[in-house]
Amino acid sequence: MTNLKGGLSRTPVYGIVTLFAIFAALPFFWALITMFKEDSDLYTPANNPFLYNLPPTLEHLELLFFRTQFLRFVFNSLFIGALVVVITLVVAVPAAYSLARLTGRWGEQLGIAIFLVYLVPPTLLFIPLSRVVAILGLQDSLWSLVLVYPTFTIPFCTWLLMGFFKSIPRDIEEQALVDGYTRLGALVRTVLPLSIPGILTVVVFAFTLTMHEFIYALAFVSVSAQKTISVGVTTELVRGDVFFWQSLMAASVLVAIPVALLYNLFLDRFVAGMTLGAVKG
Amino acid sequence: MEAMAYRASTRTRIGYILDRETWLGPVMLFPAVLYILVLVGLPFLLAILYSLSDITVGDPSLDFVGLQTIQEVVENPVFQKSLRNTFVFTLVSQALVLVLGKILALALSTEFRGKWIFRFLILLPWTTPIALATISWLWMLDSVFSPIDWMLRAMNLLGPGAPLGPAKNLYWLGKPELAFFSVILVHTWRMLPLATVIMVAGLTSIPQDIKDAVAVDGASFWRALFEITIPLMLPIMAVATLFGVIFTFTDMIVIYVLTRGGPIDTTQVLSTWAFFKGIEGGNLAQGAATALFLFPVLLGVAVLILRFARRAEVA
Amino acid sequence: MAIVETRGLRKHFGDVAAVDGVDLASKEGEFLVLLGPSGCGKTTLLRLIAGLEQPTAGEILIGGQVVNGLPPRARKIAMVFQSYALYPHMTVFNNIAFPLKAQGMSPEERKKKVEWAASLLGINRLLHRFPRQLSGGERQRVALARALVREPSIFLLDEPLSNLDAQLRASARDELQQFQRRIGTTTVYVTHDQVEAMGMGDRISVMYQGKVRQIGTPQEIYHEPADTFVATFLGSPPMNLVERKDYLLGFRPEHFLPKDIASVQDKTVTFQFRVTRVEYLGADRLIYGVVAGANGESKAISRLSATLTFPIEPGKGYDFLIRSQDLKFFDKATGLRTGPKLL
Repeated sequence: MTNLKGGLSRTPVYGIVTLFAIFAALPFFWALITMFKEDSDLYTPANNPFLYNLPPTLEHLELLFFRTQFLRFVFNSLFIGALVVVITLVVAVPAAYSLARLTGRWGEQLGIAIFLVYLVPPTLLFIPLSRVVAILGLQDSLWSLVLVYPTFTIPFCTWLLMGFFKSIPRDIEEQALVDGYTRLGALVRTVLPLSIPGILTVVVFAFTLTMHEFIYALAFVSVSAQKTISVGVTTELVRGDVFFWQSLMAASVLVAIPVALLYNLFLDRFVAGMTLGAVKG
Repeated sequence: MEAMAYRASTRTRIGYILDRETWLGPVMLFPAVLYILVLVGLPFLLAILYSLSDITVGDPSLDFVGLQTIQEVVENPVFQKSLRNTFVFTLVSQALVLVLGKILALALSTEFRGKWIFRFLILLPWTTPIALATISWLWMLDSVFSPIDWMLRAMNLLGPGAPLGPAKNLYWLGKPELAFFSVILVHTWRMLPLATVIMVAGLTSIPQDIKDAVAVDGASFWRALFEITIPLMLPIMAVATLFGVIFTFTDMIVIYVLTRGGPIDTTQVLSTWAFFKGIEGGNLAQGAATALFLFPVLLGVAVLILRFARRAEVA
Repeated sequence: MAIVETRGLRKHFGDVAAVDGVDLASKEGEFLVLLGPSGCGKTTLLRLIAGLEQPTAGEILIGGQVVNGLPPRARKIAMVFQSYALYPHMTVFNNIAFPLKAQGMSPEERKKKVEWAASLLGINRLLHRFPRQLSGGERQRVALARALVREPSIFLLDEPLSNLDAQLRASARDELQQFQRRIGTTTVYVTHDQVEAMGMGDRISVMYQGKVRQIGTPQEIYHEPADTFVATFLGSPPMNLVERKDYLLGFRPEHFLPKDIASVQDKTVTFQFRVTRVEYLGADRLIYGVVAGANGESKAISRLSATLTFPIEPGKGYDFLIRSQDLKFFDKATGLRTGPKLL
């Protein structure tokens, strides 16, 4: 019953993955139940927390949507995400093409160097960057995040795109050169259309990475109206020591699930990039 | 006529310059390099300068004080505790991730019905924005309403006369040892999915003929695991762990949301300590100096990643 | 139409000289084949002419004009790659129209031109398909149509038949040659396959280690090889080389015949040929054996038509002869052809 490929037989496999799935999803499951609970149900320690001892209610969703700035945070995050995606593409596509095709031997070394920049964590740089942001007059403005987020999306996306571009046969571009186009013309008319899956991947990652970011958003922006979801939800739905748990959990679930779904679709590419497999396309 | 001919020739000449790869390559690379130099390289230099000064938000002039700031930082007992905690949290959680991830990867590399839904659930901790994921843990570990406590009470393990003590709650984040445990738990929870998917990629990249040869040789599951699978996967397991190390070592979100370093700084780490000092306390010099202590480890890990990743390429 | 010419052309990749001083000139409307083993620099030479590589030294002229420094698009050339390099995201029609778009031609004119090229190659019914829906032979024709449509002054073809299976290759060879004759455009054709080279080329330029070893018609190359490399690279099996005191003696296997059945009046040379092995290849018989040379024995091969039923058995010795006029002489040190020697 055991072999290397199968690894384990069916029953233990289901046992293991079920256990891990429960461990992974439990907080979200608990959040999902919480968001529809009445206060008096939730805040009675004797009640079974996983059951609705009182009928479920939508009042906390209403609070979240209409009496907090939640929608504002969502809008801010989407706005920042969209702009960062655009900046990332404009900068990373030419850079990745240059590294993949035009810079020869030192292109790959430089590519790896750029990838390493992705590993420089926000915690190392947020203090000096907060001064840079202040000097530029962008403090408490979401534009500071639009400016800073590409510092981690550009390296990672350049790296991923470099792998994609390398996987496109050189012949096709050279054919376009012979057929009467310039390098840039060949890039726009042959390489880019053939890299659409790669570019889509990069769009998704640039977007989800900005949705995940917390530290810069926390350090640079303290005005409610300019906050992102991650920071807004964790700071604004807490008043002193009072947590609006149902609304908080609702916000967490409503944002987490779509982002997770999006991320999931492209995860294999992400892994290939991290293991430097992207070099081989 | 002559003017037109001249214009045509200059246009083509400019066109030809863009055909020169030695020229076009650097031009296309320039914006990315500039962005990184200005917004990563420069701040990094600033961080070093800050740590050699006494700059604060209130007094933003850059007066150099030599190693005085760094000395003050290092002599602070909270810093020493943070440094130790950073290492302990990282090492313990990544050791757990390595073992659990290996088990989970073996399970997930098989084919079974409904795999995608299990995969989706197991990946949730990594794919969710970390601040929102951590806040749901904050609620899981609530001092009064924790559903874990409720389950323990239901099983008569908690409460008056029960083995876990007379109190009705464990106060997960209120007692130093439990807070410590909780932080490690959340870090493990968070990094497990990434390590697992990287290891699954490594498992599936083991050539089929090796798997067939092992099957033909009739090796038992455990022998095959320890003598074939693990040695072959060593580089990729190293890569998975090293990424985990970087993300855990430099993370401040879990601590910031869960315990804010408490109770009484027992779970403080370098990044949160730098944040409280530098941003909330306004002492830019000390904050920057604290954060800089992340760098040597980061550099070492990056070098190791490159070394292992060359041997672990999975397409 | 134009001629293509190179003068002292060199291309170095690091320390390696891929093209090492090539002087070559095509004739008007000629089908010129660059033949050589892989790594001999023939593809690099073609890419230099196309402008895809920049030469280290030397000049390239197309139609009498120096084109060094001009990008490919300004050289009035068309190229067909070994892989055909069809644009996978475009239909056949758009593939063929792609070079015309670069010229800024109007859509109506483009359509007319594409249909003209397609009908010339018999691919009109494929115009709405995508490359992945085509067979190997169809792809090759699309690539040719795309090259043709620009009406270039030079065609550059890089092993365009090597991706076809053996059967298709024979008919494609024939079609390609007829096609070139009809349009009469100067063509430079790169291949490592001597059958293609012999069958299609007006002239063949044999390249080895970045240098042109010989250029001439297929007959000249085959019968009057300039050195031992050319002598042994062409012909299957290759020319026999027998070592003599201060020179090498060369003769083709088909000229090496048993004395008993040869009815020749010309002067001949006779060898004692000890047969080691006999191979039947249907139309031919290959006789492997050894003849006496300067330093002991040399291997030699004889190729007999199947119509010669003369019995030959391995292990026995026979008298074989060659007409004196079929003997070639090469310098031992340089490998270059020399005048006849006294045997």
